[in-house]
Amino acid sequence: MTQHVTRPKPEKNRLRRTMMFMNAQKPGLIKDAYIYGADTIMLDLEDAVAESQKDAARFSLYHALTTIDYGDTEVLVRINGLDTPHWQEDIRVAVAGGADGIRIAKCESAQDVKTVEEHILMAEREFGIEEGRTLIMAALESARGVVNAYEICTASDRLFGVALAGGDFRKDMRVKVTESGIDIMVARGMMLLAARAAGVQCFDTNFADFKNMEGFENEVRQNHQMGFDGKSIINPRQIRLVHQVFTPSAKEVDHAERLVRAYNEQASAGVGVFTFEGKMVDIAHVRDAQDLLKLAKASGVYHGDL
Amino acid sequence: MINAVGRDIPEELLADGKEVYQGKNHFDGTYVQKVAPKTRRCETPQDGKLCATIREACERCGAHDGMTVSFHHHFRNGDKTAAAVMKVLVEDMGLKDITIAATSLGDAHNNVADYIEQGKVIGIQSSGVRGRIGEVISAGKLKTPAIIRSHGGRPRAIEAGEVHIDIAFLAAATADECGNASGTGGKSNCGSLGYAIGDSRWADKVVVITDTLVDYPNQPASISQIDVDAVVVVDEIGDPAKIGSKEARVSQDPRELKMAEAVADVIAATPYFKDGFSFQTGVGGPSLAANQFIEKHMEERGIKMGFSLGGITGLVCNLQKKGLIKKIVDVQDFDNNAVADMGENPQHFEISASEYANPANKGAYVNKLDFVVLAALEVDTDFNVNVITGSDGVVRGAPGGHPDTAAASKCSIIVTPLTRGRMATVCEKVVTVTTPGDCVDVVVTDYGIAVNPLRPDLIECLDNAGIPHVTIEELKDKAYQLVGEPDPLQWDDQVVAVVEARDGSILDVIRKIKPYTFE
Repeated sequence: MTQHVTRPKPEKNRLRRTMMFMNAQKPGLIKDAYIYGADTIMLDLEDAVAESQKDAARFSLYHALTTIDYGDTEVLVRINGLDTPHWQEDIRVAVAGGADGIRIAKCESAQDVKTVEEHILMAEREFGIEEGRTLIMAALESARGVVNAYEICTASDRLFGVALAGGDFRKDMRVKVTESGIDIMVARGMMLLAARAAGVQCFDTNFADFKNMEGFENEVRQNHQMGFDGKSIINPRQIRLVHQVFTPSAKEVDHAERLVRAYNEQASAGVGVFTFEGKMVDIAHVRDAQDLLKLAKASGVYHGDL
Repeated sequence: MINAVGRDIPEELLADGKEVYQGKNHFDGTYVQKVAPKTRRCETPQDGKLCATIREACERCGAHDGMTVSFHHHFRNGDKTAAAVMKVLVEDMGLKDITIAATSLGDAHNNVADYIEQGKVIGIQSSGVRGRIGEVISAGKLKTPAIIRSHGGRPRAIEAGEVHIDIAFLAAATADECGNASGTGGKSNCGSLGYAIGDSRWADKVVVITDTLVDYPNQPASISQIDVDAVVVVDEIGDPAKIGSKEARVSQDPRELKMAEAVADVIAATPYFKDGFSFQTGVGGPSLAANQFIEKHMEERGIKMGFSLGGITGLVCNLQKKGLIKKIVDVQDFDNNAVADMGENPQHFEISASEYANPANKGAYVNKLDFVVLAALEVDTDFNVNVITGSDGVVRGAPGGHPDTAAASKCSIIVTPLTRGRMATVCEKVVTVTTPGDCVDVVVTDYGIAVNPLRPDLIECLDNAGIPHVTIEELKDKAYQLVGEPDPLQWDDQVVAVVEARDGSILDVIRKIKPYTFE
């Protein structure tokens, strides 16, 4: 029962439709959080944990990481901000426990990423963890962070993505939550541009009113249309909808599969011009279709050989 | 003798043609000779059924030592009638050697535990045995082994004469002076009187006990005057507020909701999920919550439920009000919303326990059931379910309609968390078999779904719908990995209870428990 769990090597590019946050100090929550099917679970040492309980939360986190088999579910740790006395110890514990990655709270610059990276490396050496194993993601929680998004996205090879953290960001911007999302629309757009330019993933902030499923659905659909890779969530009840929206439909998968097959046949026959079902098709569409099949496969809705 | 679920049944219990369990539907198509009650003729005009006290009614009905009495449990934990009658019989009249053949017994009847300890009550035949009664039975204090029967097995046993009820004491929300009685319209309503109907027809003497006497004739009546010997008016027959512990409240617990959603997905993946389907659910958190997810699937497909069966909750009544259920067929009400609906909704029908679930009549309602969603204390790797004994081996539950609906429905689904505290719910061998594994089709847990290999058709349905599932052994291994494998319980030889299968054969026995000591 108490065997030491060794987690598989983290993948920088993987399916991350949902990141479910939970207090690392709550054994009842973290003991089997993977059963709900989120792609990533985020064990939180920051806002969910009271100032006086940071040490207890780290203790609980370490034992969770080393004794609970989370299987294929990615396990990340949200550390405390770099302006607190906690973050260095947070990193040591997360790395020692074998977490897949660390989420930097309130990241504002490339230097913040590099500072965390340096401490991760020190911890990997200290605890005999494979160097470079531990991934990084950055949470942008201020106007400054969003403005510096591109340098943050390109600051480290370990960094797989950025996320907007709406609560603090709205405070910084002096705006309130709106139904349309206009309050953080510009930030979403800037962050997405930076992430795509840097070739990393991009995640939207959580939707706090988890009883308002209609508002949540509207926001998730908008996230998907804007090009996000996934979303932070705070309740297991939000998982199914995000996965539905972010998973290609059977119709899309079917279309993509036919398109890629048609391309493969014509390419191997040395055909220069690519036609698909009577229409001329741009090669870029083939790449889109290939990406879609990859996403479909990772989401478990495509089992073909492409 | 080892029966079909691998339980060793002591030979001495196999007297008088009693058989061990040999698989579901073993007696299908065979014949049974029903018995009939002894009835006192009343040829002259009379107005003499009203009695001033319970004692007067008992005396008039010839209450005597060694008799068998019956009660229904429609007021569940709020029942006040059975305890009051037993007090009169034992404490006021000094009777002894009494057997109680109730539809269920629980916390409302703790005085019966005292009478068992005093040797005044020597037999218990019931679906459920909770509270202190279960504890004294498990401690070996009842003179004869208790007999546990399902809600369908009980009317079968009564009609076949295996249980002969001398006096049935039946609480009714309203009654008239001749005994026409109903579960609605009074000050203490319980809705359906489904479990009482059979007793009123098969007991030699029937006493109706009410707190609301109404003008003659009290119609529509669940219990007819032609079967009633005496009517007693008391202050309060029961507390309806205690009928439902979970008043139509849907769980917000993510774990229960996850299981409920999985149950609904399984249902929607089968070919039985089509317009006019039928459905029954228990009152556990995930079972109740399954209703809302099934509602979504029904709306998506544009289909309606033909009928909802069984213990009825307000949630089911609400679905019907939305137009999603055509008819409600009700043997028992689980909360006050359902009780109220029973009294006012013309598409909400009362049926007797025999109509509901008896395998030895010409076809019960459960035979028309497509889906049933049920809870479990334990499920083992042979899909056997235990809902009667706790992890300490003490009797503390009730099969109710569990074995009947599981056996007769087209798709029976057990929903349970994989662990409860440190107890593995999915295990190697259940403590007691109450529903045999050949009646259980799907097990849904928070850690995954397992389908009984006896149902390859359902496995194919799940595969086609892309619903992941694992073997029951994998679920058991996961449970043991999480909480460890429990040591076996320590038993004495003495059999304290016999668990009858719904067909009357013996499914399992419960023995006296030895107090656990650490070595």
